[in-house]
Amino acid sequence: MKGLTFDVAHLLAGSLVLVSFMQLYQDRLSALINIFAIHALVLGASVAWQAAAQDAPHLYVTALIALVFKAIVIPMALRRIILRLGIHREIENVVGIGLTMLVGIGLVALSMVVMLRVTAEADPLAREDLAFALSVVLLGLLMMVTRRNAVSQIIGFMSLENGLVLAATGAKGMPLVVEISVAFSVLIAFIVIGIFLFRIRERFDTVDVRALDRFRGERR
Amino acid sequence: MTFDALDAILLIPLCAAALLAVLPDYRVTAILNVLTALLTFLTSVSLFFVHPTSGDYLLVDDLNKVFIVLTTFVAFTTSVFSASYISHEIEIGRLTSNSVRFYHAMYQVLMFAMNLALVANNIGLMWVAIEIATLTTVLMVGIYRTHEALEAAWKYFILGSVGIALALFGTILVYMAARPIIGEGLEAMVWTVLVQHAAKFDPALLNLAFVFLLLGYGTKVGLAPLHAWLPDAHAEGPTPISAVLSGLLLNVALYALLRFKMLLALNPVAIAPGPLMVIMGLISCVFAAFMLYRRRDIKRMFAYSSIEHMGIIVFAFGMGGPLANFAGLLHMTMHSLTKSAIFFAVGHIAQVKGTQKIADLGGLTVTHPVLGWGLVLGVVAIAGAPPLGIFMSEFLVVTSTFARQPWLATALAFGILVAFGGLFLRLGSIAFGEPRGPTGSVHASYVPMFAHFAIVFMAGIHLPPALVAGFENVAKLLG
Repeated sequence: MKGLTFDVAHLLAGSLVLVSFMQLYQDRLSALINIFAIHALVLGASVAWQAAAQDAPHLYVTALIALVFKAIVIPMALRRIILRLGIHREIENVVGIGLTMLVGIGLVALSMVVMLRVTAEADPLAREDLAFALSVVLLGLLMMVTRRNAVSQIIGFMSLENGLVLAATGAKGMPLVVEISVAFSVLIAFIVIGIFLFRIRERFDTVDVRALDRFRGERR
Repeated sequence: MTFDALDAILLIPLCAAALLAVLPDYRVTAILNVLTALLTFLTSVSLFFVHPTSGDYLLVDDLNKVFIVLTTFVAFTTSVFSASYISHEIEIGRLTSNSVRFYHAMYQVLMFAMNLALVANNIGLMWVAIEIATLTTVLMVGIYRTHEALEAAWKYFILGSVGIALALFGTILVYMAARPIIGEGLEAMVWTVLVQHAAKFDPALLNLAFVFLLLGYGTKVGLAPLHAWLPDAHAEGPTPISAVLSGLLLNVALYALLRFKMLLALNPVAIAPGPLMVIMGLISCVFAAFMLYRRRDIKRMFAYSSIEHMGIIVFAFGMGGPLANFAGLLHMTMHSLTKSAIFFAVGHIAQVKGTQKIADLGGLTVTHPVLGWGLVLGVVAIAGAPPLGIFMSEFLVVTSTFARQPWLATALAFGILVAFGGLFLRLGSIAFGEPRGPTGSVHASYVPMFAHFAIVFMAGIHLPPALVAGFENVAKLLG
């Protein structure tokens, strides 16, 4: 039974990394949002499995937050936002998908090497979980760096945060996990409301350098 | 659970925030804001006389007392400045009474969050507190709702969130390192327990954790190359918030970093955290010093000066040892006081001139003598000219380093001198030069500004022995 517990946890955490990769090459916002919903779904399953494996009922709350809030509510809100802003059909210029994927693979390799070497003495479940979690965090960061659209940046941030939740649930018996996941949900809700209210479409509304100068207050 | 001063410094701002959110009149709320900040400050001073017990969640020791008193004091003086600043913004219609209500409530929530981060005895709780502080400042930076302000808030939000996320990963790693020794559950996240057992933690995990924490909280400290949010947030938000950001919030993030540094220092096998901090501090200092030369916005210029000074402070703490730590603490205190005083002056200057552009400011000492000379005094102090407080702390940092690492000390002194030149280059045209722009009178509150300058001036000439003893004690704690 111990073997099965480990294998399923491994499978779910690994799928999370895989879904992170899927996010990297989506060039349509609506497709990206769907993939993120899957990401949250996998996270919810993974957290629920950890809750069962560690016999830690409070983790079910975190799983429920992932499932209801991140897999259903947030994607729905984001879909409405891109409809309202009229960017649902927009195709985003993702610079060099091939290159991004290569960098992503490099980051995953890096996190495996670093985490597995560092945590040689920790128990195997937490160890693998942490390595996968770091990969998801780094892939989320990569996505935030390579995208210019505010909505895709948020999705990058949310998948980064999913990685953190994975790490926190993998660390057996860590206190405050539920509180931290609630705090993060509040943060994300703020970001989404922010985009909606202020219609921020892109990090820099335009690539026009003059506008950038104005923004920096450096003009004239 | 009994109620003591420790709970009070958290509950007073929180209750006031709730009250400020519903009271309609901005004059009443401004006064209430000042009174709350004063009450919090007095309560924090009382921590020196009554000794509250530390629990699993809250703690008070010699290290955080210094930070708490400094935070609540600057928060109080800033609230006085904020009252006159806000009434002017209402008059010219840049802020509505609704947004002022929101602003005051957020101000107190920010105070609560900073105090919580400082007294937290739990690394998870501290993280949550710093997140709340980030959120509230983001909301306040964007309060003018202009395109620039929203962009600045957005940038701050994204970069701050990434920093916060990295810090959480570091926090989780610290827990992972502590768990095999201390056992599962709350205990493994409590500072006082962590410190006792730090020597036995897995060094490799601790090393990795510190890298994440340094990057995460370092973003909030504004260390180059993670500083990109800082100048925008300073320039576009209301000036009282610039003062609080520079004077206080950067310190709170620094405090978090120092706590983890102490933890690492207790483990004999883990990497020494000092060199990493020295490198980042030095890069920030020199980089920001050069950036000072090309600034055209007065608030952005002082924001870069903040990066420079945070670099010096992190450098000093990175060097470690009683003398460098003492210098770091002194420099942090002096920088908080001076920089917030400068922002008080800059806030009124920007209001009376209606612009923040350096090119449109000129001859302030002629048109507005008090503000103009106040700014001159501030720049003289922040640039590190003798005999003011910052000169003394910078002198201490450089000399204490020189004895151990002459090259590093030379590089740091070079950065300080470059910054000195940059600041005075701009000051010349702003304060002296041809008078430009409106010359109308200003309803300013000069008291907070000159109170800060008086303290900085006194500190440059004579440090009270009690203060020296206190700082020396804390410097020893920091190792």
